[in-house]
Order: sequence, then C-alpha cells, then structure tokens
Amino acid sequence: MAVVGSFPFNSFLSGVLSCVGTAVLAVCLRIQVNKENKEFKDLAPERAFADFVLCNLVLHLVIMNFLG
Amino acid sequence: MAVTKTEPINSSSNKPSSSSVSMKSDLMSALSLKSLKLKTKQQELLIRVSILCLVYVLAFITRLFSVLRYESMIHEFDPYFNYRTTLFLTEKGFYEFWNWFDSESWYPLGRIIGGTLYPGLMVTAAIMYWGLRFLRFAVHIREVCVLTAPFFASNTTLVAYFFGKEIWDTGAGLVAAVLIAICPGYISRSVAGSYDNEGVAIFALLLTFYLFVKAVNTGSLAWGLGSALGYFYMVSAWGGYVFIINLIPLYVLVLLITGRYSMRLYVAYNSMYVLGMLLAMQIRFVGFQHVQSGEHMAAMGVFFLMQGFYFLGWVKHLLGDKKKFEALLRIIVTCAVGVGAIALGVGTASGYISPWTGRFYSLLDPTYAKDHIPIIASVSEHQPTAWSSFMFDFHILLFLFPAGLYFCFKRLSDATIFIVMYGLTSMYFAGVMVRLILVATPAVCLISAIAVSATIKNLTTLLRTKSKVSQTGSTKGASGGKGSSKALPDQSQPFQRNGAIALLFGAFYLLSRYAIHCTWVTSEAYSSPSIVLAARGAHGNRVIFDDYREAYYWLRQNTPADAKVMSWWDYGYQITAMGNRTVIVDNNTWNNTHIATVGRAMSSYEDEAYEIMRSLDVNYVLVVFGGVTGYSSDDINKFLWMVRIGGGVFPVIKEPDYLVNGEYRVDKGAAPKMLNCLMYKLSYYRFGELVTEYGKPPGYDRARGVEIGNKDIKLEHLEEAFTTSNWIVRIYKVKPPNNRW
Repeated sequence: MAVVGSFPFNSFLSGVLSCVGTAVLAVCLRIQVNKENKEFKDLAPERAFADFVLCNLVLHLVIMNFLG
Repeated sequence: MAVTKTEPINSSSNKPSSSSVSMKSDLMSALSLKSLKLKTKQQELLIRVSILCLVYVLAFITRLFSVLRYESMIHEFDPYFNYRTTLFLTEKGFYEFWNWFDSESWYPLGRIIGGTLYPGLMVTAAIMYWGLRFLRFAVHIREVCVLTAPFFASNTTLVAYFFGKEIWDTGAGLVAAVLIAICPGYISRSVAGSYDNEGVAIFALLLTFYLFVKAVNTGSLAWGLGSALGYFYMVSAWGGYVFIINLIPLYVLVLLITGRYSMRLYVAYNSMYVLGMLLAMQIRFVGFQHVQSGEHMAAMGVFFLMQGFYFLGWVKHLLGDKKKFEALLRIIVTCAVGVGAIALGVGTASGYISPWTGRFYSLLDPTYAKDHIPIIASVSEHQPTAWSSFMFDFHILLFLFPAGLYFCFKRLSDATIFIVMYGLTSMYFAGVMVRLILVATPAVCLISAIAVSATIKNLTTLLRTKSKVSQTGSTKGASGGKGSSKALPDQSQPFQRNGAIALLFGAFYLLSRYAIHCTWVTSEAYSSPSIVLAARGAHGNRVIFDDYREAYYWLRQNTPADAKVMSWWDYGYQITAMGNRTVIVDNNTWNNTHIATVGRAMSSYEDEAYEIMRSLDVNYVLVVFGGVTGYSSDDINKFLWMVRIGGGVFPVIKEPDYLVNGEYRVDKGAAPKMLNCLMYKLSYYRFGELVTEYGKPPGYDRARGVEIGNKDIKLEHLEEAFTTSNWIVRIYKVKPPNNRW
C-alpha cells in the first residue's frame, strides 16, 4: 500500500502521527513493564498498562478528530 | 461491657452539673488547639492547608482595586476583542464561534476570527458562565470575564505550591505560593478587568511545566499525558506557547549533555511531545506549524535525538562488547549528524521549513524590528526593559534570584536543573521585551522561594540545635562531665544564636517590605482601567474622564447601523465592541498595508485624504486628542508612528516633511505639511478659540505644552459630528461628494 501523496495534509499527518504515537507508547509500556529496568521496579505493571490504555484513548480520539 | 444504669428520677440533681462540667471541658478543648492532641504531622497539614487557603483568597482580592474604585468593566484595548468574542460564543454556540467570519472589522477585507484567534480564554470564560448558569446563578458574561483573571491567578498560586514542593520541599512551595500571589510582574496582566490571554496562559504555562517535571521525576505515562493536556491548554490560550515548545527540548538537551539520560526522561518527553503536538494542531490558528515552522523544529530534533539515544542504549545492551560498541557508535553518530544536517539544510533552503517569524526573531535580534517591521517596534510593550521596571516588578526577588540559583546548584537534580534553565532563559527574554517580565515572574518567584525557604530553614535549625546543645551541656556540666570540650560551644553559642535571631528578623523585615511594596504598586500603577481616566481637580477632588465610552455610545446611538469608522488601529477593538460599528483597522494588525493606508490618509492633506476615505467607504473619522486635559497618549503623540508605518508602504509619505530640524513640533514653527495634514486639522479644529489654562493664550495645548500654530482651521470635506465633554475623543462625519450640476 503506497502512500498516494500528502494532499489533505491533516489526514496525512494524523496517519503518520498515529503510527509514531502508538509505537512510542508501546515502547514506553515495554520499558515500564520490563523487570530488568531498575528505575521502574516499584511501578506495578497494572498501573503501567492502565496508563498505556489511557494514553492510547486520548491519542486515537485526537487522531479521529484530526482525520477530517 | 457497658452497664446501663437506670436511675430514679429524683436523683437527677447531680447529672446536669456533671454533664455541664463535661460539656464545658469539651468546649474548651475544642477551642484550644493544644488539648486537641493533634500529632505533629496533622498540625503541619492544618497549617499548610490554612496558609494555602489564605494565599488563594489573597491572590484574588489584591487584584480587585479597580473594581472597587471604578466599576466592574473591561480594561485596555485587547480585552474588548476577547469580550466581544466571548459574548458571541455564549450567544451563538461553539460551532458558529469556531467558523466565524467577521465583516465588522478590517472593512472591506473582513477577518476570519474563527481561524485567527486563540480560543482558550473565551472557552474557559464561557464554560464558567455556563456552569454558573446551570447552578442558577444569574450572572452576566461581563462579570465572569472581569473576574476570570483573578480566579486563575489564585489557581496559579496552588500550582506554584505543588511545583515548589516538587523541586525543593513544602516550605519552598508555600513561600512560592505567597510570592507569586502578590508579585507585581504577574498582577500587571491579571487584574480584575484585564481580560487578556495572559491571565489564563500563565496558569497553563506553570501547570504544563509542573506536570512535565513531575513526569520526568516519576517516569509515568499518566503524568506525561497530563503535561500534554496542559500544553494543549497553553497552545489554545496564548501565542507564547512557543516558549514551552523550545524550553522543554532545550532542557532535555541539557540533561542529555550532562549525562542524565534515563528511561524516565525517555517516557516523559516522548509521550508529551507526540500527544502534545497532535493536540496542539487541533487549534486552527496554530495549524501545521509544529511540523513546518522553524520555531518548532528544535522539539522535533530532540525527539529524534532521544530515539537515537535509546537505540544506542539498546545496541550497547545487545552487543555486550565495549570496543565493538564504540566503533559502531562513531559510525552511527557521524551518519546521524550528517543526515540531520542535510535534512535541515534542504528543508530550510527549499522554504518548506519557514524561518523564524518577525515576532519571535526580534527576540533573538532586538534591532530587527526597528529596521524592518515598524509596527512591531511601535508597540510600547515591546520595548527593551529598563532596570527600574525590573525593580518595580520584582523588588526583593531581584536579589533573591541569584541566591536561589546558588541553592539550586548546590542540590542539582532533574527538577532543579529545569527551574534554573527556565529562570535564566526567561530572564534573558524579559530583558529584551518589557511584556515578557510576565513570563519570567513564576520562575523568579520559585527560585527566590527556594532561597528564602532554605535560608530560613538553616537559621531555625541553628536556633534549635544550639538550644538543645545548651540544655545537654548544662546538665552534663552540672554532673561534672568533660568541661573543656563543652566550654567552647558554650562560649560561641550565644553569639551564633543571636546572629540567627537577628537574621530571622531581617528576613521578616524584607518580606514585609515586599508585601507593602507589592500592594502599593498594585494600587497605584496597575489598577487603572485605561478607558476611564482619573485626575486630581483644583481642590484635590478626584475627577473622572469617561470620554471614551461617551464617544463609543454616541456612535452606537447616533450613526446608521452600517456606518464605517476610520481611526488609528489602537481603538478598533473598542469601537467594534462598544460602538458596534464597522472599523477599517483594529488591534489585530494582521494587514500592514491596510494600516499603512489609514496612516497615509491621516498624514495627507485633506483633499488626498478625502480620496482615500472615499475609496474605503469611510463615513466617520475618530481621533483622540489630549490637548484640553493634558492626556499624553493621544493621536498627535502617536502621529509619527502613523507617518512611519504609512511611509513604509507608500514612499510619498516622508517622515522629514513633518519634522523641523529633526524635531517634532506643533506650534508656529512646525513644518507646513504638519500644520495642514488631516490629523492636525481634526485634532485642533476649533481648538484655537478655547482657553485651556488660566494665564495662557487660547489654543494652548496642555499635552505638548505649546500654543498651536494653525488656529484658523477650515474643513472642506468633513464636518464635526461629536466632541466629548473633555475634548478627548472627536468624531467627524465624512461629507458625500458635492452634487455636480
């Protein structure tokens, strides 16, 4: 599936940023859940997952508004 | 086991007295705190909460001077536009507001208001209005607008408390809340009636910074989301959000350079940047600037840098071998720097990434505006700051600021590095432009609070330990312990203790002087509505000049509904809001050529000006004249800016034509073009017959202090329509062209 161009720029941006955003949030979740990271050893994985879900909710709400 | 005694009715004489005694002791214990037997932690919590409540109320009431002295009205110029848009929002709803095209300003061009304003302030006021209405409080939207800024100032003190707690400790938080509640630098733009973007924006700014520092400290995604939402609020409220989107990447860069890269920083910055950028682009006025404008590129650069750091950390973890990793590191760094530089170069050269706009470029190069964009240079709040302004607005905070910086450097952490950077960058910008003292105020208050809190804490611990040592020393000395080693602290101890007490008194004196200064400044300097002028009469009584509103209401009631009014751009917002008439130019100043056309009309001879006014369909001309009252912010004093701006676009207008030997004069020795231009004629029409001051000839201009040169003015194409009671505002009607036979 090729990107046909960036004409409705807001739609293009919302597509790109939704990919980037979900990737970033997934990486943050994995960092927080990984037991080898000493910085996050007293963060419960349930809390990390809840934050992840909340952030994704806001992200996709904004993406849907921006899609146009 | 509770035993219930059934007592005979006769023996009830003892009970009331004993129960009354127990009731009395209960009452006494409830009244006196000591016998409440609160633990120290609960006592401390009670003290903190009560202090915060008092500070909240204090921040609100110190901003109410002008409401008490004059009335509850909107001040200045810009707030009238905000008031008009808020009124529109509450009357027509959000959809109409978001898509509003206004034909009543910038005639004949119109203005796309929905796409060229920052909606945060209006939406906030509208939400408060609807909330109060829902609770059946029948408030008028004007009251809500007038009191929005003090309400948000109180909220800012709370945020300052939490921020201080995050950076240092609760003591610093409390002091920061108190300092920011009364600091004149903040009060100047958030008095009751000053319904402007900054009133809400400073709250949003501090909130965003607090949430971001909290996110960096905890590494939690929720706080990162919070800071993104705070950033969204800031973007919706004020154009100064560019400061946030540049300071935070700069801060992250400094942390990376000083070796403080951590997973928490990665989580915090990434979540804030991606979510914040997406949210910010929902505001129409900001649009796609986050990916296209040069001012926002730093954030994107740091975002990619963070990915790079994370990638390198992961590779290092995978490789496990130091030498191979270092070789790989060198290759990757050179490639990345090369690619980044090429991308930036291509983007800037092809024009895709727009360069820094004039407004912000003039902050980096203060001389830029004066040479290239006279309209930015003409605004009085854009001038560089004098030392007296710093002292006026900050008082003791000015020397507590370096002291606080010292304390911050002594205890460096991610949070203190942030506040140091915020303080230094905002102080630099405050030095460039007077208006930006407002942005520096929270940083200065926080850093000074650290200095005050740390000093007082040290002094009081000095007091407490010395008294403990004296107690133990006296008991041990009495029991015949080692006398010599105890004697030394005993000798120097009273001196140090007295010194500590003296310093504490000094600190108390300084803080009380600060409070007195702040209240005096608020009362004298920052509480004038600017639309209503006050002066002292001959007998010391107060005289109020309400000429502006008199003129605008005359316009509203005595001109046809589609009349178009030409005036200098300062008064545009007020004319549309209060006079409800179409204006040619207003304070938005988005079209420099249109303003230059008006400037050209004001500086030309009457015939040429009449041509220009006919081409713009002008029906009325409004000028502000201060010659009778001595009001110095009138159009004659602003006239040279009209000439400069007009001359910037139309070379026929040359500034030296209006000056005599480089001097600006209005008396007999003035330049002939000056004596006959439209502005001069409209200001001084019939003024030559008026005696303004005892002992001076008629036609004596009290604002310039001279007798005017051209007393016999005849107008050919305009006629005088209205002059207010103190001659401050003068309205002229443009006559239709003569009938030709």
